[in-house]
Formats: sequence, C-alpha cells, structure tokens
Amino acid sequence: MKKLFHNYYFSTLLFYLTILLLGFIIKDPYVITILIFAGLNALSALGLSLLMGLAGQISLGQNGFYGLGAYLSAIFALNYQIPVSLAVLLSALISSFLAIFLAIPALRLRGHYLAVATLGFGEIVYLLLNEWGPGGPSGFGNIPKLSIGGLVLEDPLSYLVLTWTIFCLFFLLLQNLSRSTFGKTLHALHSSEVALRTLGINILSLKLKIFIFSAFLTALSGALYAHFITFLSPANFSVFYSVLLLMMVMLGGIHTLWGAPLGALFITLLPEVLRPFKEYDVLIYGFILTISLIFFRKGIFQALEKGIKYVLSFRS
Amino acid sequence: MHTWRLLVLPILFLLFMWSWGHTSKEPIKIGAILSITGPASFIGEPEKNTILMLAEQVNKGGGINGRPLEVIIEDSKSEETQAVISAKKLIEKDKVVAIIGPSTTGESMAIIPIVTQAKIPMISLAAGTSITEPVSERYWIFKTAQYDRSAVEAIYKYMQKRGIKKVGILTITTGFGDQGRKALLELAPKFGITIVADERYKPKDSDMTVQLLKAKNAGAEAIINWSVGPEQIIVTKNWHALKMGIPLFQSHGWGSKRNLQLAGPAAEGVIAPLGRIVVWDKLPDKHPQKKILKEFEESYLARYKSEPGTFGGHAYDAFMMVVEALKKVGPDPAKIRDYIENNIKNWPGISGIFNMSPKDHCGLDASSFEMVIVKKGDWEILP
Amino acid sequence: MELFLQYFFSGLTVGAIYALIALSFNIIYNTTSILNLAQGEFVVLGGLVMWFFLEKLKLPYGTSFLLSLSIGGLVGLAMERLTIRPVLKTADPLLLILITIAFSILLRGVLMFLFGKEPYGYPPLSEGEPIVLWGAVLQRQVIWIFIFVILIMIFLYVFFNQTMFGRAMKACAIDRVSAKLMGIKTTQMVMVSFILSGIFASLAGILITPITFVEYDKGPLLTIKGFTSAILGGLGSNWGVMAGGFLLGILESLTAGYIHSGLKDVLALLILLTMLLFKPAGLFQTAEQARLRKL
Repeated sequence: MKKLFHNYYFSTLLFYLTILLLGFIIKDPYVITILIFAGLNALSALGLSLLMGLAGQISLGQNGFYGLGAYLSAIFALNYQIPVSLAVLLSALISSFLAIFLAIPALRLRGHYLAVATLGFGEIVYLLLNEWGPGGPSGFGNIPKLSIGGLVLEDPLSYLVLTWTIFCLFFLLLQNLSRSTFGKTLHALHSSEVALRTLGINILSLKLKIFIFSAFLTALSGALYAHFITFLSPANFSVFYSVLLLMMVMLGGIHTLWGAPLGALFITLLPEVLRPFKEYDVLIYGFILTISLIFFRKGIFQALEKGIKYVLSFRS
Repeated sequence: MHTWRLLVLPILFLLFMWSWGHTSKEPIKIGAILSITGPASFIGEPEKNTILMLAEQVNKGGGINGRPLEVIIEDSKSEETQAVISAKKLIEKDKVVAIIGPSTTGESMAIIPIVTQAKIPMISLAAGTSITEPVSERYWIFKTAQYDRSAVEAIYKYMQKRGIKKVGILTITTGFGDQGRKALLELAPKFGITIVADERYKPKDSDMTVQLLKAKNAGAEAIINWSVGPEQIIVTKNWHALKMGIPLFQSHGWGSKRNLQLAGPAAEGVIAPLGRIVVWDKLPDKHPQKKILKEFEESYLARYKSEPGTFGGHAYDAFMMVVEALKKVGPDPAKIRDYIENNIKNWPGISGIFNMSPKDHCGLDASSFEMVIVKKGDWEILP
Repeated sequence: MELFLQYFFSGLTVGAIYALIALSFNIIYNTTSILNLAQGEFVVLGGLVMWFFLEKLKLPYGTSFLLSLSIGGLVGLAMERLTIRPVLKTADPLLLILITIAFSILLRGVLMFLFGKEPYGYPPLSEGEPIVLWGAVLQRQVIWIFIFVILIMIFLYVFFNQTMFGRAMKACAIDRVSAKLMGIKTTQMVMVSFILSGIFASLAGILITPITFVEYDKGPLLTIKGFTSAILGGLGSNWGVMAGGFLLGILESLTAGYIHSGLKDVLALLILLTMLLFKPAGLFQTAEQARLRKL
C-alpha cells in the first residue's frame, strides 16, 4: 500500500479518476463548470510550478501567455476558419515561440529584477490586448466551441474530461521528466547555479527550455479557456491572474508538482464555498489565504503526505 | 503529528457540497448577477442596493400573489469567468425563473449563450448595443440601460445646435469607455462633427493633463470625456486647472452628486446627457416619470444615505418588469419573456419610457436623456 | 516648449506619487529584504482615514494628519505581528511576499467594508489656484509632495546613518546572523521597519488624495507602479527609487504627449525594461552595490 502511493502513475490515475467520478456522479453543470476552471487553472499553475519549483525562476507574466493563447486561438478560429483543435495547438506553439524573445534577455536577470521584467511583459500584453485586441476593452464573442474530429464539445462534462485528461498527461510527462537526468540537473539549478556551471552545463539554455515549456502550458490553458467560455475580454488577463497562479503554486507546495493541481483546486473552490457569506466573502477570502499561507508553510501537498504516512503507519 | 491539517481539504469540500445541496422550495426565485466588487463595483453597488430594497418592499406588500419573492444576488467580481459560474449556479442550483444583470457589457455577452440554452429570460443592466442586437439571436435577452449611442446622439444634437464642429474625445480603457468611444467615432459624421483627437487613459490614472492639452492643440472646440468614477473627476479638475476655454462634456455616467462635491468649483459649466433620475425635482409635475422618480429617489436616499444614480435606475426598471410579469403570468420563464416583449409599452420607468417589441429589446432612445449643465454646484436642465 | 513643459509637469505630478510609494517600499526592503506588496493598500488606508478624521469628524488638518499617520503605523505593526513574525524565521522570501499579497486582499476587504466603494477626496494642504510657471500649470499639492519627498529623504539619511538604532537596522539587512551575534534584536528591527513603512505609505496616501482621490481598490495599481519604479531605480538605494519614480512618471507623460496616449504605459514599460537589460541592477546603482545589499 505504501509503495503504491509512492508510485506516481498510480497516484495520478487515482487523482484523475476521482475528479472525473465527481463530475459524473454530481452531474450538476455548475459544479462541473467549476471543476473545468479548476482544471484550466491547474494546467497554467503546472507551468509556473515547473518554472518555480524546478528551475527556481519566478514569473509574474504568466497572464501574458494565458492571454496570448486565448486571443490567438480565438482569432485563428474566428477570422481564419482554422479548425479549433488546430488553432488551440497553433496558438500555444506561437505563444511559446514568443516566450523566447522575453526569456533570452529576461533570464539573465535574477530575483526581483526577473519578477519585474516578467511583470512588465504581462502588463504589456494586457495593455496591447486592450489597444489592438478584437473588440478592444469590451472584448468579443461568438468564439467557436472546441471540436475534435467533427465532435463538438457542447456538453460541459465532455469538456471536463478533456481538460483534466490534458492536464494529467502533461502532469505525468513532467513527473517523468523531473526524475530524469534533465530533471535532476534542474533541481541542482535550484540549489546552486555555480556548482552547475563548474560542471560545464549551459544554464541559460536549461532555463530557456523550462521557460518556454511553462509558457506553452499556460498558453494552452488560455486557448482551452477561450473555446469554453466563447467570449473574451482583456479584463481576465491582467496581472491578477499571475498573482493567483503564484498563490496556487505556493499554497499547493512549491517543491512538488502536486502543488499545482492541489493549489488550483483550493483557490478555485474557495470563492464558491464562500458564496453563502455574500458580501463578506472578500474579507473571509483574504483571511483564509493569509492564514493558510502561514499555516501550510510547505504547501498543502506536504501536509497531505504527512497525514497519509501517519494513517498508513497505523496499519502496518 | 499534523494530521489535523489534513482535515482542511475534506471540510472545504463538504462545505462546498453543503452550499451546493442546500435549497428550499417555497418562494419564487429570481437571480441577479452584479459587479459588486472589482473594477465595475461603482455600477454594481447601487444596483445591488436597489434590488435589495425593492425585494423587501415587494415582500412587505405580500409578495407575488401570496408567494414570497427571493432574489439571489451573485457577485461577478466584474469578471466574465465569475459571471459564467454565477449564471450556471443560478440556473442549475437555484432554478431561478429570470436573471437580472450582469452589470457590464462583457459579462452580459459571456453569459448570453448560457441563458439562451437554458431558456431563461435575462434583463441585462449594461449599455452595449450587441447585448440585444441582432434581436433575432437574442430571443431571451433584454436590457434596461440606454444604448451608448443614445447618449452620444444627445450630446451631438446639442453640439449641432451650438455650432461645434471639431471635438476631442477622451475615453477610459474599460468596457464602458470603449463602448462610448466606438459610438462617438461612429456617429460623428452623421452630425457633421470631426473627431480631431482620440485620446485614452487607464483606470486609476492620476493625471489627464496631457490628453486634454493634446486635444486642445489639435484644434478641438469641445472635449468629450467618457468614463465613470474618480477618473472623470480628475479630468474635470485638470480641465479647470488648465483654463482651457472650451466646454467639457461628460458621459451619462456623470450623474452623481458626489462628483459635484469632489470636483467642487471645477465642475462649473460641465455638460452631460443624464437620465431624469438626477434631475427629477426639476421636471414639470405632469411628466409621466416624475412620480416614480420621486418615490424611488426618496426611499433610496432614506435607506442608503446616498443617491441611486443612473445605475440604480437600470436595476429598478429591470426588477419592476420582472415583478410585473411574475404577477401577471406567474413563475414561468417562457411566459415572463413573452410578457416583457409584448406588454411593456409606454411603460414609465426610471431610465425613460420603455417600448419593448419583438424588434427592440431595449425600448429606449435618445429622448430618455436630458442635457444637464452644472451651475453653482447643482444640476440645471438645458433647453 | 510650453507644451513640453506642461507634459513635463504632468509627469512630475504622477512621478511624485510613484516616488513616494517607491520610498516606502524601500524602508521595509532595506531592513528585511521583504517586498511588502500590501504597500498600495496602506497608501489607500492613509487617504481614507485622513478623510474620515478631516471630513467626517471635522478635526483640524494637523490633528487628522498625525492621527492618520499613527493609524498607518499601527496597522503596519499589526501586520508584522500577525502575519510576518510567525513565519519570519522559517519561510523563504517568496512565501513572505505572497503573505503580504494575501494580507493586501484582506486589508482591501476591510477598507471596502468601512468606506464602501465610492471615491473620497478632501482639500489640498494649501488651497488656491494652481501655480503658473512659464505658461504651464502645476498643482500646489505637487509642490507639497516635493517638500515631503525631500524631508523623507533627509529623515532616512539621518536615521539610517546617524542614529544607533538606524544603523542597527541597516546592519540587520546586510547580514542578519552577524547582526544578531552583535546583540542586535533583529525581530525588533523588522517590527520597526513595518511601522515606519506603514507611516510613510499613509503619508503618501494623505498627500496624493487631493490630486487623485482614493477608493478602496486603488491599491494594486499603486503597488505595481511603486514596485516597478523601485526596482528600476535600484531597490535598496533611496535616491535610486525616488529617481525611478519620477522617471517612470515623466516617461509615461511624454509618451502620452508625443506618441500616443493609448500606448503610454506600454511604451514607458518597454523603454524601462530595455534600460533594465543594460543595467540589470537598477538604473542608479552598480551591480556591486546591489550585491552588497544582498539581493
């Protein structure tokens, strides 16, 4: 039993099935919609988690990639009649290509300077969407729904399956990656750049790859968002989204990829739980966030893991 | 050792399930999605207050044909994502028969597909033309806010009378400002007006001197500013400080006494097209809207110590239409829709006199505005 | 020329606001290496509380001024006690920054409850028509802000270089462990820096409200602008962050004037980011200085 929990294939599968089962049992489109948003957030957060947890880099500009992914995909599908699934892929690829131009100069910076450079990038994208995006600040609609091989994903349930399947695939891929030599090199990057450099490893290219991949994941999530909600306006792509992602990763646990899905679920569910409090929800939301950051200093995942180990130690 | 930390997630989820499964059946339920927090909260706040007050009045008066009315108000946080979640919740969990709101055009556009699919009538409180047009695709959608183009038409007509031909426009980069900007640019040629400067600023900017000067240097004979909230006061103060010598026009979002207090003497001479709620006491007694305007303004003032303004009026009209429909045809979404489309004729509301029809799901035009100038810290209707 | 001057003055007005906020960022950073991203909320707090004393309770200007400053300081103290102190020893800097963000959400909620969502304003320090210089106008309040910026600079200089307490705080920032070994109560220093920063942020709020008005959710924008200016000028150096604030304001204003007002923030950001690439430690300090400040 203990071993099974440490097998990441098994635990990912378990997690995946739990989410889908929830969707299928409850069947309420409201709950499913929230779970879809949680899945999209988890996918974005996974990108940031990779960047922060593995490569030790910070980014406050994820909202830029999220916005680029969403807008590009919507524009491709709407104005150029590219099939939606292709548009999604294309927009994510183009966004990650654009990430190179930010990454090459920015990754020379460190700490707060990197934070402000990425923040600046996110702001610039947001402002440009306002200025040049279709519809300007008021946004635009009628974005086609996602269809795969002629099958339009009209039903929220099918979108739920799609979102979490994509998430879990990348999740497994990254878990594999973090256990490979590449991943171990990255971990080393986190602890000491100098040591790595003495081993003759090109740190910049390493960081660059991670940065691009993280941009890809976030842009992909943005594109999926666009074709789910079918209406886009720049308001959703401000720096607040980046801050929210940062919260998710930190709260979930920065030292493990599991932090992304757990943090995303927590942050996405929290406002819904607080709905009965009406007016007071902003207050309580701020309070819970502050407390949980202080409380789960190492993230929800570690707390969970400790708990599971504790329970299992009774059995054996 | 820290197992009790483990409890947090399950508890969170249980709470979530509880709030989801917690429903009772007695009252008639309608929903409202309003931007109570976030950047558009200046719109959502008076709307929320209005609806709360009116719902109380309805229930004190015996409810809807003996059944109490329950209004479930959701905060969309001025975000499309939250508006969508709120709409799903209202439709699926609360099973409301009609939805009032959302407060902004973007949020309204985002939930139109959802309410259309669920066949629930929605009365948006936002101004965007695309919310109710084309009407053929907006079977379930109505709105109670005047079109932006009506406000623009009112301004341009006035300018035409005064012989103003060159105009500089300042707009805020939000949905509100952007809709205004598009209407201003689109309608200008029709009234023989040239836009010589098209300047923008961001929400929460602190100084608009540069934009004003650029407009003036481009030869503008008047400035039109399109925004709501503190930014329009800053523009007014900058305009006054620069002693520009050309008139300043504001949008229909200018109609709050608070703006006059905060801008002080700087506001003298500012002109704007305003809904009649702002100047109800200056209307002739026989005006069909005067009675309800007076009632609404006075009860709102008594309860909240502030003015409902134009935005509170939008909520009033939407709410009253739904209540009237509920009283006449009962809690059936399809019948409510039909009633609003066909029976709201010559219907005096706060924002104007409504004439809904299968061809027009807004029912208001430029005649619902009065051109109002600020004189000695008070409003004055221009002829 | 007149036009340029007016653009320049407009930039100074905005820049003075940014500079004030950037300075209060610096106070906490200089002793603790924490970036307090709730700074904007403290600014809003100062303006709103000042309004409360001045317009609601009708207290004299001076009294309201001092009361508002002390409330800012108290909230700063409360923040440090309740949210920073429990984790200071174990947490990494990023967690601390996120805690300040969470606290800012909380504080924003509290302000919304106490003051509602409407904008507030009150008369400037000295009333009267704006000053006309070479054909361009400058608001009187901006002059006051300049005076206060200079006063703050002098205070910070004297405090951190001439007093024992200030030097102890400085030592704390450079090397906390050594400072502790020297018998400096490091936790106390952190507390003092939060109080000071709360006071200065409130001061910023009090001063800028007559120009820009405040409402409960103005904080995040102020934080972002202050943060950007602070980093571009060179976090850690008081002269640097002040200059960074003015530079950002003037750049925004000039791009709005000469290029396009819709793109002013984009261009200002682009220019500043490019500068940052050539001088990665901020514009007004060398890489050496930055390293000494332990980034």
